[in-house]
Amino acid sequence: MTAPAGAPVLGLTGIDTFYGRAQILSGVSLEVRRGEVVALLGRNGAGKSTTIKSIIGLVRPAGGEISFEGNAIQGLEPFQISRLGLGYVPEDRRIFTGLTVAENLEVGRQPRRANAPEWNHEKLFALFPNLAAMTGRLGGLMSGGEQQMLTIARTLMGNPTTILLDEPSEGLAPVIVEQVAKTILDLKAQGLSILLSEQNLHLSTLVSDRAYIIEKGSIRYEGPMADLAENEEVRGAYLMV
Amino acid sequence: MADFIVSLLTGLSSAAAMFLVASGLSIIFGVTRIVNFAHGSFYMLGAYIGYTLVQAIGSTAVGFWAAVLIAAVAVGAIGVVMEILLLRRIYRAPELFQLIATFGVILVIQDVTLWVWGSEDLVGPQAPGLKGAADILGKPIPEYDLALIAISPLVLVGLWALFKLTRWGTLVRAATQDRQMVAALGVNQRWLFTGVLFLGSALAGLGGAVQIPKGGADLLMDFNILAVAFVVVVVGGMGSVFGAFWAAVLFGILQTFGIQILPNSTLVLMFLVMAVVLIFRPWGLLGMPETLGQAHPGPPEQPLRPALPRVRILGGAATALLLALPVAHLVLPQLVGAFTLVLVIEIMVFVLFAAALHFIMGPGGMVSFGHAAYFGGGAYAAALLVKFADAPFEIAFWAAPVGAALLAFLFGWFCVRLSGVYFAMLTLAFAQIAWAFVFQDMPGSVLRTFGIADEFGAPLKITGGDDGLNDIWPSAWAGTRIAYYYIAVGLSVAALWIMRRFLYAPFGYTLRAGRDSPLRAAAIGIDLTRHRWLAFALSGAFTGLAGALFLFSKGSVFPTTLEIARSFDALLMVLLGGVQSLFGPIFGAAALTWLNDLFSVLSYWRFLLGVTIIALVLLLPQGIVGFAGTRLGRRLRLARPEEITA
Repeated sequence: MTAPAGAPVLGLTGIDTFYGRAQILSGVSLEVRRGEVVALLGRNGAGKSTTIKSIIGLVRPAGGEISFEGNAIQGLEPFQISRLGLGYVPEDRRIFTGLTVAENLEVGRQPRRANAPEWNHEKLFALFPNLAAMTGRLGGLMSGGEQQMLTIARTLMGNPTTILLDEPSEGLAPVIVEQVAKTILDLKAQGLSILLSEQNLHLSTLVSDRAYIIEKGSIRYEGPMADLAENEEVRGAYLMV
Repeated sequence: MADFIVSLLTGLSSAAAMFLVASGLSIIFGVTRIVNFAHGSFYMLGAYIGYTLVQAIGSTAVGFWAAVLIAAVAVGAIGVVMEILLLRRIYRAPELFQLIATFGVILVIQDVTLWVWGSEDLVGPQAPGLKGAADILGKPIPEYDLALIAISPLVLVGLWALFKLTRWGTLVRAATQDRQMVAALGVNQRWLFTGVLFLGSALAGLGGAVQIPKGGADLLMDFNILAVAFVVVVVGGMGSVFGAFWAAVLFGILQTFGIQILPNSTLVLMFLVMAVVLIFRPWGLLGMPETLGQAHPGPPEQPLRPALPRVRILGGAATALLLALPVAHLVLPQLVGAFTLVLVIEIMVFVLFAAALHFIMGPGGMVSFGHAAYFGGGAYAAALLVKFADAPFEIAFWAAPVGAALLAFLFGWFCVRLSGVYFAMLTLAFAQIAWAFVFQDMPGSVLRTFGIADEFGAPLKITGGDDGLNDIWPSAWAGTRIAYYYIAVGLSVAALWIMRRFLYAPFGYTLRAGRDSPLRAAAIGIDLTRHRWLAFALSGAFTGLAGALFLFSKGSVFPTTLEIARSFDALLMVLLGGVQSLFGPIFGAAALTWLNDLFSVLSYWRFLLGVTIIALVLLLPQGIVGFAGTRLGRRLRLARPEEITA
């Protein structure tokens, strides 16, 4: 671990993102510190996924700055951003359905880096025991929960220092969501920093240190997760459907 | 039985080149989503380069095969050059725009090949050590055929190992499914794409080089193999190497037996099989459905909106100028010569053709690779009516749009069920059926099987095959240059106006809705297939009208009016002009026809045209009309301020 715990790892300042002429994000600023799990909460269409995609470079922000481990990363290609140690776990899992579990992991493999835990198949299968039994199975033939585990494992193969988790609980049974929560805490214990975009308040409360609430493309609330859990007024205004 | 085995082996040997070229095309498409039109040119280069190398070092068996392999690697390197210099710059351009770039490459390679190797067909030398014939069940079969039969499975196993056992292969397969995700996992796609272009091009080069002892090298190889390779890839399934293999084997055998059953029918047979396969398996034998939601990398399309006042004024002025041109010709014949009128007629014919193609391509989102079928088909309908029913000009003329519409109605029924590249390929297949029907004079052959033939027993000339149909002119009142000029300009402008009306009517809105979101359009109760079918038939009718104008301005019609190159010309006009604007095809067709005319007096005009096209692609990635969206265009008030694209 090079940077001291608690130092900022990922910082967004005034990010504006457009799809065509429609402005999706306006002036989004947030910060993730080393070893922290930060929740980005909001309703459907609030701009959570767009924030995550703007960070990894799949969508190019029109304005603002993004820094990661001291590098300005806005405008870089996704592969360049990823190689700096920023892992991306997409919302809809995006498993390579025609590839086996082992091959999916292979696509994610990157050289190890000094300031991040190193992952290999044994270590991943200890974290996700289900995957161990199905290394030869095609990604397309797995259940949603198994796919969710695989997509996290695939990103870990890149030995990231920080991961962006986009709605990992989406479409999963409550018992699987508990597993996801356990995984996130495991990763945190290994020193990873995590930005978690979620609608599931229960999952977020279980794992997060701090939270941001995004609504109509702007950050509306920021504070410790424990405070948010008790602040019914804010929850009612921004999160209840 | 022995005959059967020998035929089977011959069929398998002819599958080799097909498989090699098709697998390369399939791999390139799978990863880059580019339909590489230049792939046939790489095949041709493989043959020519292989020929030269075999002359130099191919006197021994080792030398021969070394020459073949070096030719493949050299062509692979040419593919890499194309990727780095050209394709890499336009991956983010609107979908299909890369087609034009590779089309420019075809033209450049054609003239470079002509310049280096000359126009004579080259007869390939025999392969040392394989000059004899082997004895199979008492029948002789060339030893080289047996070598060819062995090559395909060898390459197939090699490709399988490459894709299945190496990290590079795993990445390529992953990228075939989801490029974005692969990038987000830290893979630099740029070199992945370059590698894929090398592999695919080298396979095409290998295909060209190994067939030298059988077919030699000639300048028509590029388009000839391209149509075949498209069919093999589509029947096998885009992106599937195994699919390409089985499809090549199927067609190799089909060709050999087809010749025995129905001579002159191989092409038609091949495309018929393709049509049948696609009806039952729309994504080919081993292909997978196109993934929805993989958004194309370009910026979202601007909606079509009524033209700005200034653009309307320009349009009106252009029409007035067109109408005044013959007057200028009469008053100032030195300035506006008779040839100018001829050129404008030709331009208007192609403007109409391109606009009709754009009608389904732009607002309909259906990219047809085979629209020449309706251009030439319409022309032939009118010409046949004149020749065999003595129909007067006034009636025969209208047979062209009606005939073309019926043809489009028939072909369209099959095509509109598919989308994207599969739609494009099926339209190409039908166009090739129509072309072969005319070129091989199928009606004459069919009549002969019923005992109707000339006094020597040869088939009657119906379509006339290569000779075409000649001496078909308008009536006297329409026959003067100026009268025909007004007919051509009047009908094309009227047709353009009608198409425009269609697109701003609910029918046009429905088409665009279906293009942008087929699922949502279906969910609000739109029968999309029927709308697309109708649009296809309408487009066919307008294309046929262009064909009629063309026929009666030239006085004759040849199978070239239906060939692939003609379809690609129209495609080029639309894409070069700009798919996102109704004015795009007009500018594209005018510019390209004019350039063609300008360059055609030069000996290496294809090279110049190809380079011009490539330059346009690099400089104006939104098409010529995209110019209106640049800062300069906005200053001239040709586009709304928010429509800036550059």
